[in-house]
Amino acid sequence: MVDSSAVLQGQTLAYTLYSLAILLLMGWFGFKITRQGKEKKSKDGLFYAFVTMLVILGVSLHIVTYNTIPWAEMDLNRAGIKADKVFEITVEKHQFFLPSEKLIVKCNEKVLFNVTSKDLTYGFGLFRKDNSMLFQMQVVPGHKNDLLWQFDKPGVYSIRSTEYSGPEGYNMVVRDAVEVKCTE
Amino acid sequence: MKFFETLIKGEEGVFKPDTLTRMQKMTLRFVVVGLFYYGFAVIEGMIMRIYEIQPIPDISTKQFFAIMTAHPLVGIFGSTYSIVFGAFLFLVPFLMSKPLWSIKLGNWTLWLIAGGTMIFWLSGFITHYAPLYTLYWPLPADFTQFSVIGGTFFITGIALVMLGTIFFVINIYKTITYTPEGWEKQPKGALLKSALGITAVTNLFRSKKKEQLVSLPVAAIAQGTVDVAFNAAIILFTGVLILIFMVAALFGVDLKSTAIDALLYKNWFWWGLDLVADGLVLIFVAGTWYLLATLITGKKLYMEKVARIALLVELVVSWTVWSHHLLSDQAQPGYLKVVSGELVTAFELITQGLAFFITLTTLWSARPLKMTNPLKFLLGGLLGFALAVPAGIMQADIGLNRILHNTQWVIGPHVHVAVLVGLAMTLYSAIYFLLPILTNGAKIYSQKLANFHFWAQLLGGVGMGAFMGMAGLQGMLRRSLYVNGEFNLYMILAGVCGTFLLLGFLAFFYNIVMTVGLNGVIGIFRPSKYETRDLLPK
Repeated sequence: MVDSSAVLQGQTLAYTLYSLAILLLMGWFGFKITRQGKEKKSKDGLFYAFVTMLVILGVSLHIVTYNTIPWAEMDLNRAGIKADKVFEITVEKHQFFLPSEKLIVKCNEKVLFNVTSKDLTYGFGLFRKDNSMLFQMQVVPGHKNDLLWQFDKPGVYSIRSTEYSGPEGYNMVVRDAVEVKCTE
Repeated sequence: MKFFETLIKGEEGVFKPDTLTRMQKMTLRFVVVGLFYYGFAVIEGMIMRIYEIQPIPDISTKQFFAIMTAHPLVGIFGSTYSIVFGAFLFLVPFLMSKPLWSIKLGNWTLWLIAGGTMIFWLSGFITHYAPLYTLYWPLPADFTQFSVIGGTFFITGIALVMLGTIFFVINIYKTITYTPEGWEKQPKGALLKSALGITAVTNLFRSKKKEQLVSLPVAAIAQGTVDVAFNAAIILFTGVLILIFMVAALFGVDLKSTAIDALLYKNWFWWGLDLVADGLVLIFVAGTWYLLATLITGKKLYMEKVARIALLVELVVSWTVWSHHLLSDQAQPGYLKVVSGELVTAFELITQGLAFFITLTTLWSARPLKMTNPLKFLLGGLLGFALAVPAGIMQADIGLNRILHNTQWVIGPHVHVAVLVGLAMTLYSAIYFLLPILTNGAKIYSQKLANFHFWAQLLGGVGMGAFMGMAGLQGMLRRSLYVNGEFNLYMILAGVCGTFLLLGFLAFFYNIVMTVGLNGVIGIFRPSKYETRDLLPK
């Protein structure tokens, strides 16, 4: 499965290019609007082409991501996918309770993280050594909070709550809690 | 000497508060209160910016999160609601050439919002009540973490703001539909249909088109006000629910918090809350762009019929997009994530894109235009939403949300760019435009300060959003704290940009005070000499 950092790089590139384009467009518009121009009727064709482009963009974004971001389809269909390993995790009073001190995962295993909150709404996320995020989900009390993930390279990840649960919540970090091992 | 004279009497002594009508005074009071709370929000924002770089020793983490709880509420309710409601209570009668239904009710709206905001801010400041604006159940009723009394005052303050909001809704609809004394009877139903966009839709299917009885900006105000009403109802209901738990706790009774389903509550609350960000703000902003574009150019709005229908589409869309806030909630049904969270949400790209295009085309048709303060701030506002809306659409995607939800990306390039660049600059454009009308021709003190305000707001807002976004893409969470300097490079740069925003606001504030003078500011709050309900002096 493609690593989430690769998806973020793609998004960063796309949004940066878009931002630069719109900044340039508005700068150009601001300059030209104060200059004498030929006043002619606006072309309605341009307007309808713009509307069509917005519709295509709005719809195609989700189609493209659904077909290129590997976890999107797996997430929506996870009820029908058998996990290779299941980790039952509990959260209570701003603390994670893990089934073992370290959660060991083999490469390419489909792992289900099943997280139960006994009191508040929390978050559950895995973070790399450089603090970047691998994935996250919300952990709502009284409901099933499960996330299926396939790891394709070795690594050690920390668990962190990704939702505010009171002033103590930012301390909810379990360092190096998940280790992914790959054998040749 | 000249400095002190200007400080007391305003630029060239032009502004005379004694000449203001009741309506002018009411509107200016809204603006003063709104700017006062905007200053609060900016200072709070800067405290948090510094804290994210290095925790301030005299401010505890509990205080920090109490500031984080109050900050958006002060910004939206105390500041934006005040400025927007004040402007619209003036503009609806102005555009319809009829008196406001009730000036008294307008003043009640002002003082309830001003007082309610101060009450919830103070309760957060004193007791550190900090469940954040999201109020995820059962956090607001978790009395092991928060003070019951603090929470009771906090929720009461919010409830007062909502009461003032409901008075605004009544005043707007009554003004549109009522018949002033001595007037020919007004067609209530037809006015309402035109205001709500129903006439625009039914005209699509009629060969003989019905005349629009209200102008497009009034229709935008009326339709945005529908979301204001729904939002107030949801927040009031939720507030009452939380208050029941609080009052019970004060009497020593522990109502089991599990009696409320946390996910159902989250859906309910986000449905209402989202009517602000994805409803009334977008509709009001589009309406304000249209109004400003026509006033600045003196030309008819390009594609007005389409614009009317797009407003109604946006209103309906705003009722059905809440689920994009729950894309990371695994118990949320998949069909809601796909339909409401992704597909319907994408319509906002279309409706807001249309408003963007229509406004730019209207301006373009009137070249050459003088780069006045209203025009430059309007262009800034358009740019803000052009940057912020696509950022929001990206995170409203099941795949991308898995790695963006609750990161600084959401609050930076999306929320803060939308609010500080898109919304704030649109409001500043309206303020600069309305200032001479509301003050009977007051002369702006310094154009250089106005120019500085523009660039500081634009560069500060875009820059802060960009650096927060970069931190978010590197994994930095919102609603959290990093005490070991993990993201300090981005946070320092965001802090520098935040300083620009603060300096820009101070420049604007100073400029306005020097324009109207301290006597003028005080005079605004004195009763008007005119008993008339006229908008402007005859």
